[in-house]
Amino acid sequence: MAETRFARAINQALADAMAADASVILLGEDIAAPGGPFSVTRGLLDKFGADRVRDTPIAEAVIVGASVGAAMGGLKPVVEIMFMDFVTLAMDALVNQAAKARFMFGDQTTVPMVLRTPHGGGLNAGPQHSQCLEAWLAHVPGLKVVCPSNPADAYALLRAAIDDPNPVIFVENKALYAMKGELPDPPPSDRLGVARTARPGRDATIVSYGAAVHTALKAAEALARESVEAEVIDLRSLQPWDEAAVLASLARTHRLVVAHEAVEAFGVGAEIAARMADVGFDELDGPIVRVGAPFMPVPFGKTLEAEYVPSADAVAAAVRRTLA
Amino acid sequence: MKQGPAVPSRARSNGLPARELRALYGRMLLIRRVEEQLGRLFADGEIPGFIHLSIGQEAVAAGVGAALEPRDTAASTHRGHGHAIAKGVDLDRFFLELLGKQDGLCRGRGGSMHVADLSIGMLGANGIVGAGLPIAVGSAIAHQVRKTGAVAVAFFGDGALAEGAVHESLNLAALWKLPFLAVCENNGWGEFSPTDRQLAATLEGLAAAYNLPWTDVDGNDVEAVTLAARHVVAEARAGRPQVLECRTTRVRGHFEGDPQKYRSTEEASAMAARDPLAIAVKALAALGVGEASLQPEAAEIDARIAAAVARARAGALPGMAQARAGVYA
Repeated sequence: MAETRFARAINQALADAMAADASVILLGEDIAAPGGPFSVTRGLLDKFGADRVRDTPIAEAVIVGASVGAAMGGLKPVVEIMFMDFVTLAMDALVNQAAKARFMFGDQTTVPMVLRTPHGGGLNAGPQHSQCLEAWLAHVPGLKVVCPSNPADAYALLRAAIDDPNPVIFVENKALYAMKGELPDPPPSDRLGVARTARPGRDATIVSYGAAVHTALKAAEALARESVEAEVIDLRSLQPWDEAAVLASLARTHRLVVAHEAVEAFGVGAEIAARMADVGFDELDGPIVRVGAPFMPVPFGKTLEAEYVPSADAVAAAVRRTLA
Repeated sequence: MKQGPAVPSRARSNGLPARELRALYGRMLLIRRVEEQLGRLFADGEIPGFIHLSIGQEAVAAGVGAALEPRDTAASTHRGHGHAIAKGVDLDRFFLELLGKQDGLCRGRGGSMHVADLSIGMLGANGIVGAGLPIAVGSAIAHQVRKTGAVAVAFFGDGALAEGAVHESLNLAALWKLPFLAVCENNGWGEFSPTDRQLAATLEGLAAAYNLPWTDVDGNDVEAVTLAARHVVAEARAGRPQVLECRTTRVRGHFEGDPQKYRSTEEASAMAARDPLAIAVKALAALGVGEASLQPEAAEIDARIAAAVARARAGALPGMAQARAGVYA
């Protein structure tokens, strides 16, 4: 067991995947010589060379589009998009090409590529560098979406994403990069689509993912002081998501809150709430409550952003509502 | 295709031997007859959706296709039937796909705008204008990293030249010295509007801006296209990415059924004078290959197409369960 930072765990997953498979290459803006804007890819250029660790121009459409072509040509590209807001510039490549190739070409090819990208607030980076757009991508048949909450999961899920024959969006919350956590030695392996119980509890279920898992855990601690035992489910994978695990937890607690940093409206929480209102209807003893950011652009100012990102208080209040 | 009767292999200076020109003519004729048949099938309601024909542009597909090796890869466009045929797509499975049948190249999930055959390096037609370039650039990256020695080609029309992804692709190909060839089929039309209303630049100027060698060729002269393509493919294979601009003619509308109220009768007659098949027939005659001696090949092509259409009509329709089996997320 070693304590490792979230960013470092991703770096190690990339290094181990590249050492294990010569077809894995990295593409992105400032990822090679500069080591990445968040230092996630630091040192990989020296280890694997400029042929496999490539600094690209600032040109998201071709970076991601070329990753599709490279993936169809026998490589496993892992492409970094510097901020999730910039996937907007690569939406054709993601939505019309990566997501469709296997299906529309009748299974002649797969597209084994990973797109890594940071989302979320916490840096006061403003409306164009802070968005959580994962629900858009989870809405597109043909894209897998993963969002880890800790270093060990970041490692295991990134390795699984690179091994996956299909395009995977790997979302990293910026606020987690400096987070320390245990990374077992040898590091863990895992598969996509499996949730984890981050904290067991019998009174209510809080489903979350990414950095919001820690917000949910804080809320659960506060609730425990009121003798309310909330169970926190870390989805880890949004597409596919672990419906069985959420339903099993709901069947124990009969109360459900879904919490994420992305705006509440039309989000991942809406999908989970809708499914549970359907398949879990008989288990529900209260309303399903969503907690997400308000429906507005991410504001820049320190006090504004602090209020914008959903708080542990908001999650705890939502749990109390389901119990009322 | 089987060889026709023996012909003299006399060649003009710097030209192609008659045997090769004859094969190119045959390939163009196959594309022409396939597309004419597609036009009829579409008009009769046997092809779902919509189709874009490349009649008048066959020399580009045949000429560039002839310069490629089997290991080379090509990304195509919504007007891509000719590219697929020139790369050597199986005609039976091609027609099965166009009719939306289960045994089609794409299991009936893609259709005309997504014809692909990865087994021969055909990376797919594409319904998004300009989207083939980033994919071909990526394929070229794979060739470069894996040292396959292959070239990746992107076909696109002049209508794609205003798309941002095209510019990003030309820049990256030049920057990374990729084994990449951009083939522009300049037919003067971007969908329903002339190029000069869509583009402030020229491809020559754009290529120069991106430090890419630019070659201009009469895209309706299959011999000229082939000779130019051989040169630029060899250059690209050596890590010197290239742009090949082929001046050609879109004889039909943007799509089948397009009333084309935006086009003049003068343009139609000018296009007829530049028919790539007629140009090739004339060149063959100059090499001593008379038009009558080409008849057996034409008959054979028609028989092959008729057989493919019959098989496609008899093909089973795909079920939804089969289509859903291709879904992973």
